[in-house]
Amino acid sequence: MSSLTRRSALMLGAGMTLTLVAADDGMATPAEADAEIAKFTGGKATESGKISIDLPEIAENGNTVPLAIKVDSPMTAGDYVSEIRVIGDANPNPGIVRFHLTPMSGRAEAATRIRLGGTGTVTVMAKTSTGKLYADRKVVKVTVGGCGG
Amino acid sequence: MAEKPRLRVPSEAKTGDIIQIKTLISHVMETGFRKDDAGKPIPREIINSFVCTFNGHEVFRADLEPAISANPYFEFTVKMAESGTFAFAWVDDNGTVTTAEQGITVS
Repeated sequence: MSSLTRRSALMLGAGMTLTLVAADDGMATPAEADAEIAKFTGGKATESGKISIDLPEIAENGNTVPLAIKVDSPMTAGDYVSEIRVIGDANPNPGIVRFHLTPMSGRAEAATRIRLGGTGTVTVMAKTSTGKLYADRKVVKVTVGGCGG
Repeated sequence: MAEKPRLRVPSEAKTGDIIQIKTLISHVMETGFRKDDAGKPIPREIINSFVCTFNGHEVFRADLEPAISANPYFEFTVKMAESGTFAFAWVDDNGTVTTAEQGITVS
């Protein structure tokens, strides 16, 4: 039995809430997801509406969920998206991927396939070379989670 | 990472064109969160970095975490200004690097 399980059992016995057991079920806590978001934003305000997130409303298989991101940006040498960060609050670790773009990218776009542990919110954030911060989010319902064995 | 990565890169383009590149590499992307039948955790083993350069200049880079699906797939764009060679590199947790290259003619 892992020490985490013993600790959780003791805490339950002492009347603590179920959120402390969350670490055992393989999901990050909302606080962990928020902390990961704050690492990117530095706690600064973000602008929404600049990022288009293409994710299915319902993902049948959490092991492979297609994600396509487009950020509204001229992508010139003087004004381009330098970083895109993707966070999920229904995964054991909230961090999913970070993309680094350059003016040579032409467009601020990236697509990949991700794992989602369950129904939750995917947050996509972007930084521009002029210091702007963008963030948008999308809820994905996941029928079969993709992080377990 | 024994198999060759798969690339979709146009062979030619006009100056100023924005082309789309697709890449795919075989890799189990073991998350480190799974347990085997005996209940023992299976250690994490993933590709953690993917870089694309053009004529030696970095164009696109991805920092991967275990939440990237097995057989990592990426699509991204590049604005073409000259002919040359795209170089791709995938690095895994052991430091093993897999590379691939593709030339493009830009007129």
